[in-house]
Amino acid sequence: MIELTVNGTKHRVDVVPEMPLLWALRDELGITSPKYGCGVAQCGACTVQIDGKAVRSCQSRIGEVAGKSVVTIEGLDNRAAHPVLQAWIEHQVPQCGYCQTGQIMQAISLLELIPKPTDEQINEVMSGNLCRCGTYPRIRTAIHAAAAKMARK
Amino acid sequence: MGDMHRLSRRAFIVGSAAMAGGIAFGSCSEANQSAPTGNGNPLAAGLGPNAVTFNPWVEITPEKITLIAQHADIGQGVGSVQPIMIAEEMDLDPGQFEIRFAGPSPAYFNTGFADELAPFLAADQSPAAEEARAVALESLRKSGLQMTGGSSTVPDTYEKLRIAGAVARETLKAAAAKRSGVAVADIRTQSGAVILPDGTRIPYVELSAEAAKISPVLDAKPRDPSKWRLLGKPMTRLDVRSKVMGELKFGIDLKMDGMLFASVKLNPGKGQPLKSYDASKAQSMPGVKKILEIKNGVAVVATNSWYAMRAVEAIDCKWAPSAYPAEQADHWKALEASFKPEFLGKEWRKIGDIDAGLKDGTPVKAEYRAPYVAHQPLEPLNGVAVASDAGLEIWVGHQSPQAVQSIAAAAIGIKPEQVIFHNQWVGGSFGHRLEFENVRVLAEIANQMRGTPIKLVFSREEDFLQDIPRQISVARYTGSVKKGKIVAADLKLAGTAPFKGLLERMGSPSKDPDPQLAAGLWNVYYDIPNFRATSYEAQGLSPCTTWRSVGASTAGFFTESFIDELIHAAGADPMKARIEMCAVPTYRKVLETVAEMSNWKGPLGKGKGRGVAFVESFGTPTAEVVEVTVTDRGIRIDKVWVAVDVGKVMDPINFENQVQGGVIWGLGHAINCELTYAKGAAQQTNYNHHEAMRLYQCPDIEVRGLENDPKVRGVGEPPVPPAAPALANAIFAATGKRIREMPFNKFIDFV
Repeated sequence: MIELTVNGTKHRVDVVPEMPLLWALRDELGITSPKYGCGVAQCGACTVQIDGKAVRSCQSRIGEVAGKSVVTIEGLDNRAAHPVLQAWIEHQVPQCGYCQTGQIMQAISLLELIPKPTDEQINEVMSGNLCRCGTYPRIRTAIHAAAAKMARK
Repeated sequence: MGDMHRLSRRAFIVGSAAMAGGIAFGSCSEANQSAPTGNGNPLAAGLGPNAVTFNPWVEITPEKITLIAQHADIGQGVGSVQPIMIAEEMDLDPGQFEIRFAGPSPAYFNTGFADELAPFLAADQSPAAEEARAVALESLRKSGLQMTGGSSTVPDTYEKLRIAGAVARETLKAAAAKRSGVAVADIRTQSGAVILPDGTRIPYVELSAEAAKISPVLDAKPRDPSKWRLLGKPMTRLDVRSKVMGELKFGIDLKMDGMLFASVKLNPGKGQPLKSYDASKAQSMPGVKKILEIKNGVAVVATNSWYAMRAVEAIDCKWAPSAYPAEQADHWKALEASFKPEFLGKEWRKIGDIDAGLKDGTPVKAEYRAPYVAHQPLEPLNGVAVASDAGLEIWVGHQSPQAVQSIAAAAIGIKPEQVIFHNQWVGGSFGHRLEFENVRVLAEIANQMRGTPIKLVFSREEDFLQDIPRQISVARYTGSVKKGKIVAADLKLAGTAPFKGLLERMGSPSKDPDPQLAAGLWNVYYDIPNFRATSYEAQGLSPCTTWRSVGASTAGFFTESFIDELIHAAGADPMKARIEMCAVPTYRKVLETVAEMSNWKGPLGKGKGRGVAFVESFGTPTAEVVEVTVTDRGIRIDKVWVAVDVGKVMDPINFENQVQGGVIWGLGHAINCELTYAKGAAQQTNYNHHEAMRLYQCPDIEVRGLENDPKVRGVGEPPVPPAAPALANAIFAATGKRIREMPFNKFIDFV
């Protein structure tokens, strides 16, 4: 049994320690906002926070996450009013939406590091998150809008 | 092309023979759909007491209103715009209704394919063309084919969903009139309720039982667009919030009690069988419940998808060799050898005297190539199914509900009507969810695990290996120019047949030439006095299928690059020449608009270049200008301007998002992607080998929607085809280098 905290709740999962966190979340705990896209850190759809940092959950072994705090988009504080999610809704970023939870988790982490990122900085941090539908122009706009919202607070 | 009308009539004679032969969908009308009930309304069968359904799209119970989305939502936003079209007429607000995807039924046959199937140019509005479209429509009605694709959702549903909403509204008013004794003319509707003259508000749900007892008001008319509250105005897509919150459940997110997880390894020589396998290593791996042999591979059933993927990977399989050439070089050789009469698809169009025209003036000759490309939406192939003695129940996102039934049924030897299908929100398709790899193997696995719900998830690598790609194609174009004008263009291409391939796998093989190999080839609207467009169909190569914008994704690149070469040889400006040559006034307006948007004034100089391209696909004329800069790190794409005429923009924000996404799809794959074969298997098995576009390469994209076309058109695919040629033409303008083969990064570096 491996114990981990997800979105503030303690869980115990009976899996091998090398199982990626992604699959423990999805198939053992039924938390499906982190998505499987590539399994090799090429798409970013599985991005979650571990101890406050954005990570690819397909690359984190559950055995190494034991005892740490995992946050998925469901567990964000005050989610409905979160400036990044708000900006994402206002600018209607998603098309199919499959990559978007990963995009948002990555964007939140970007804005924590760089509160007012330039396009260049957005390119650098967000290019690891693949969007096959091509919502990139809206991702850029939403990040700038979220940065402005957060600066006002 | 003043003789468009006459030419079209000739094409019609050929085309109507094809139509009489049941061009495409003959066998879809067979028993692979449940018998319609209640005057052909499939909702009637499952209706509870005191509930009403007016037509196949509206259902009201005392508890709730449900609007049916007949087209699958693969990310393009039709899970939103379809119910909004109904809600507009019913005076419903977002939030006052639920959305459900349609089950399989001929009631949902796609009228939107009629224009694409009739062998006339989209711009041809002649009586003969309209007559052929009417014939095609009847053939579609007869076939009952329910399919999402060909950018047809809005063209198909624009009239019928608004009428469906109007019928519901007027019938609810009639029910309220009957109850209250007030004349219908004095009753109005607002925000989910009927309003009586004294202000009394009767919610629709309270009228369901009474509305069920009266005949629907079938002559109800939809409102004039000037009266619209929702359509044509900025609105929030109904699925945006739940997608952002991470709450929307895609097919891959479904969970059932007692469910087990499966993954597969199939013959990478697509479609060929398994010879033998050794699963001794996989047997003892963690989480493994069962190892199964299926038709063309093996499956592992486990307690977690990851256990299943890992164990299936450990199975050693011996495969029968692919039916197509094992090595990529031989695919190209076969294509090059296909420009012969025995491979002729069709001479789609001939104007003037092409042989004389080619001898007149300065000759121009070029060969172009486009490789196989994979679809690879981010949600991998998946599905959930449970089999019992009664049949199979399957939950999978798919664009062809009836074909899911027939394919799944055939895989396990039951009847199509024994397959119960539930469509799901899909995390992208681009044509992938028109194919059946996941459906067939899921049916087999579930059937071998009767009683246990099985969730199948393909690993990304397996998804790449089994992806039935976009057509591969080679074009050999010749032309001539004289006195600053194009005198002749003789366009010949050889390619694998994507649409015929799909039809064959659906069980409706066609002997007709593949119309998708004509897309972007024959529908050229420039006034070129001597013109010919001919397709050849290569045989024995990789199976191919529809990939966002299908034939036009390759032929659009060839044709608009070649037109640019001719214009250049003629010494003219690429934009001005196109505008001058464009024979259709509304299409000329699209070019003029993009010229105005981009402030086109000829060459830019200083290491910058602009290219323009215009392609009509699926009836939607689209013009794009791409601007690039040569930098020391390679070509940088700075900006794209797009003008698209869809007749009517229904959902302006999603429209812009779709157009931008289409441009990015077109550019990204043109720059970075190919799928190649070695030892019969695709060599690209994850996104690092097939990257398309990432954010750092994405330009600014400015979009303008026009509403001049006499018909309502789709926009999911048409922004794709002009992107690659506009970029290649821009690179030529900036560097003098003509790139005639995709992917472009084999020939020039990009930032």
